[in-house]
Amino acid sequence: MRYTLFLHYQEMTTDQLGEEGMEEGKAAFHAYTTALEDAGVLVSAEVLLPSAHSTTVTLANGSLRVQDGPYADTKEQIGGTFVIDVPDLDAALAWAEKCPAAQWGTVEIRPTSVRFVDGAWVAVAPLESLPQHLR
Amino acid sequence: LMSSVQAAALQAERAARASYGRLLAILAAPAGDIELAEDCLADAFQRALATWPESGVPHNPEAWLLTAARNRRRDVLKSATHRTWLPIDAAPADALAVTTIDDIEVDSIPDRRLALLFVCAHPAIAADVRTPLMLQTVLGFEATQIAQAFLIRPGAMAQRLVRAKRRIRAARIPFIVPDSVRMPERLPAVLEAIYGAYAIDWPVVAGTGVRDSLAYEAQYLAVTLAELLNDEPEAHGLAALISLSLSRTAARGSADEFVPLDEQDTTRWDADLIAQGECHLRRAHALARVGRFQLEAAIQSVHCARAATGRTDWQALRNLYDALVAMAPTLGARVARAAAIGRADGAECGLAALNEIGDAGVQRFQPAWATRAHLLAEMGRTEDAARARAKAISLTTDPAVRRYLERIGSTL
Repeated sequence: MRYTLFLHYQEMTTDQLGEEGMEEGKAAFHAYTTALEDAGVLVSAEVLLPSAHSTTVTLANGSLRVQDGPYADTKEQIGGTFVIDVPDLDAALAWAEKCPAAQWGTVEIRPTSVRFVDGAWVAVAPLESLPQHLR
Repeated sequence: LMSSVQAAALQAERAARASYGRLLAILAAPAGDIELAEDCLADAFQRALATWPESGVPHNPEAWLLTAARNRRRDVLKSATHRTWLPIDAAPADALAVTTIDDIEVDSIPDRRLALLFVCAHPAIAADVRTPLMLQTVLGFEATQIAQAFLIRPGAMAQRLVRAKRRIRAARIPFIVPDSVRMPERLPAVLEAIYGAYAIDWPVVAGTGVRDSLAYEAQYLAVTLAELLNDEPEAHGLAALISLSLSRTAARGSADEFVPLDEQDTTRWDADLIAQGECHLRRAHALARVGRFQLEAAIQSVHCARAATGRTDWQALRNLYDALVAMAPTLGARVARAAAIGRADGAECGLAALNEIGDAGVQRFQPAWATRAHLLAEMGRTEDAARARAKAISLTTDPAVRRYLERIGSTL
């Protein structure tokens, strides 16, 4: 099963974090990601720029709207994602609780439903749990 | 792993730390003002650094430092800025007297660290800041070092520590050792906080190396507590537990290689730490009041006995785990009990004990699956064992442990 770990936390500038805090954060993430790779469960790891760099786009109201900033203007933002391939939720939880971001924020674990592989959508979750239009 | 040079450096550091904790406790006790005591002590240490190289180290450095710090405190308390927020009458009388070094007898410097430990683990102090507070006030650690060990932002840790210290002063948490009536309700928090420094449930994956150094500090705190609180069996139990567990550090392997207890080379166990642990265990036993830490220490002692006897007494371990589970039925203890039963009475009995654990958390508890795999393999249920082992491996985030599990899986 594939799971995406969404790292939600309050954004901090380098000034707020301090040089040392920044270095420690980097070291912790490096150790964590190396361990994921070593275990052969890492699919991808992305740490994102602050949400101030976000742009949103929508046509939901009939016309194109492009806006600066994140989708939801909340105190906590998505700071990164890890995609891991593990047997079940227990294993995903075991990794999520070791994620450095869990120390200062919240890690959300979401299973993949379908995945686009070689020109087709492939179900990775049981069929009955899929949304109707994808069955 | 520590070399002898590192060990010597650690000893020297500890001597300085012992002074630090003793002096801080004395300076902070009268008004409960840890922050002021820290500032005065820092000032005294700075003066020492500036003057001792020229004038020579005084024959009683601790008395010198205490005098310098007390005089500094007097100056601060008298200063105008301080007066604006603290009425001068609120300062204890002795805080305003000029101290000379002759006022202090070498042997009369009291050890108030015990009271300080009880202040740090007071019920009014948040549980998650008790261990950091002990590390800072009793051992003189910087907030940054503590933050590193707990994987918390240094700023956040400093803030928590300051908040706790202000609370101690504002609420006037007394610097006293609880009497025998209060002791049973107050001691567990002190023991837990010290144990917390030893058994930080490491948030990161293995191989960071910080763990060893804090474990030695926890051992120092536990031994200090046991010596100061001589007739409390659980204090000796904790000192024994940490000493005995720590004795096997060098034989446990490295970040790349995990060596399970059974396969450890006993000549690499630290005989001094074992002797120290056994001594505390005997002293605890003589007080004839059994407790959780003593039982855990006794379990460690049975394992350590293999260094002398060449064998492990699994019957004794099973009995100790029975007693421990009756007293503190943690998930870890119950799984370890099942493993001991498996060794003492056979794998089937062990598996039955494992299946009896009803806790929902057992499904995602790695040691439970590793134990199950081991028991099933012993029973010849190879396929079931492989499945359990795969589950254990999927729950293992430590690379060395995972490699070990994969290795034993491939030899079956």
